[in-house]
Amino acid sequence: MSVTLSLPAVLTRLTDGARTIEASGATVGDVVSDVAGRFPQLGPRLRDEQGNPYSFVTFYLNDEDIRFTGGFATVVRDGDELIIVPAIAGG
Amino acid sequence: MTAVAVSPRVRALPLRCRNCGAETDAAPVAICAECLGPLEPRYDAARRLPTREEIASRGPSLWRYREWLPLEGDPPYSPDTGFTPLVEVPRLAPLLGVARVWVKNDAVSHPSLSFKDRVVAAAINAAAAFGLDTVGCASTGNLANAVAAQAARAGLPAWIFIPDNLEYGKVVGTSVYAPNLVRIRGTYDDVNRLCAQVADRFGWGIVNVNLRSYYGEGSKTFAFEIAEQLGWRFPTAVVAPMAGGSLVSKLGKGFREFLSAGLVEGELPRLYGAQASGCAPIVRLVERGDGQLIPEIPDTIARSIAIGSPADGAYAAESIRQSGGWAASVSDAELVRGILLLAETAGIFTETAGGVTLASALELARQGHFRPNDEVVLCITGNGLKTVEALSGSLGEAPVLAPRLRDVADLVARTSPSSR
Ligand SMILES: Cc1ncc(COP(=O)(O)O)c(C=O)c1O
Ligand SMILES: [Zn+2]
Repeated sequence: MSVTLSLPAVLTRLTDGARTIEASGATVGDVVSDVAGRFPQLGPRLRDEQGNPYSFVTFYLNDEDIRFTGGFATVVRDGDELIIVPAIAGG
Repeated sequence: MTAVAVSPRVRALPLRCRNCGAETDAAPVAICAECLGPLEPRYDAARRLPTREEIASRGPSLWRYREWLPLEGDPPYSPDTGFTPLVEVPRLAPLLGVARVWVKNDAVSHPSLSFKDRVVAAAINAAAAFGLDTVGCASTGNLANAVAAQAARAGLPAWIFIPDNLEYGKVVGTSVYAPNLVRIRGTYDDVNRLCAQVADRFGWGIVNVNLRSYYGEGSKTFAFEIAEQLGWRFPTAVVAPMAGGSLVSKLGKGFREFLSAGLVEGELPRLYGAQASGCAPIVRLVERGDGQLIPEIPDTIARSIAIGSPADGAYAAESIRQSGGWAASVSDAELVRGILLLAETAGIFTETAGGVTLASALELARQGHFRPNDEVVLCITGNGLKTVEALSGSLGEAPVLAPRLRDVADLVARTSPSSR
């Protein structure tokens, strides 16, 4: 499955300025692994050492918070958009 | 963004990450570039602090505490927000089983009738310091009112994003100031996520997103005023409503700052948090004590505090537990009774969040959290005229009479003596 990952501006210095990244995998966790492999500095800002979502970011698959849909086990489909937003925003 | 001239009169303080300690220059950025943790203003520890007498001699606004606000120089906007009444309500003391009870009444906050005027007063001056020519927010209603009102007075365009299901009073209380108001199909959490993306795309000062480090400091003035108005002392317990969890965390910070400045002595107050049970992720986090916030999908009429994924939820729970306090949630029916009880005992008409605060205080009392010698302050943060829908069906209809004295006399005779 091919998914588009959208990053917040604060993370783009870890991706040579790229705001969106095409990535692949069957689940959100797979997609994150794919991206972490290609951008080693970005990896620790997406998932922690246990492989769980990094606590200061929230992942949205097609605008839905993945904490409501199974976290990293959430299944992705071709063309999905995965948005990453800092967790300490707003409120 | 068309950058306007940076106001030479006001400067924003530099920032430090609360999570990893990394330091940065002053900037309209709330997230640490190293770890994505929250940034907080860095105050000069050696700055000269005012005495009680100096503070007392200053004007009745939150700027009387300017040494603890994240701006230096001469903030140009919103000079007269803050310093709302602290009102003792003797009739609530026996109901809570405590010695004394006060209401800190931000239902009459200037200019927009909620405590959000405080955070916006800080943020809009930070926007001035950075030369940002447009401000905005994601809001559950009160922040929208505060940003729209203060931006109008400052002459700044505003972009305001709210969920599409807010109360009529909250919508009118925003649109009257003619901002760019956008209603989003979804919950506040959807609006909030969108605004994080908006803040990244446009160079605006979104007060609770990229100006959040400065915004949050405004809430400390709620605590400063409580201490000063009690005669430079602390209450033993404070009950506050929670949405994003910023207010309750900043109350703790404010009390600690006055203690360490030597302005107040004695024990810090125990902090108690209040939410509606239809959206109580922070209360449940306090109860579990595991530090892992579980987001919720809100389902409550307390829309102003319906945030299912609170940005400061973990910090709020930590502040509460460290203070020796606790948290409680109440049903929508209980919060309505809370609104009525506050009106009948204090003569103060609060909105849904205030109903949650008083009803949660009663629940905390029932659970045994208060002591007979406690002195409790209830943080009433918003005005009841904004959420009149909440009371539909709860109030009796007033009788309609002909303009005839005999009819009034009949009515008085039929009315029970206790309510005459
Ligand atoms: C009336 C009222 N009280 C309390 C709060 C809670 O504020 P915080 O997000 O700082 O927890 C809000 C937030 O919108 C509010 O509108
Ligand atoms: Zn950091």
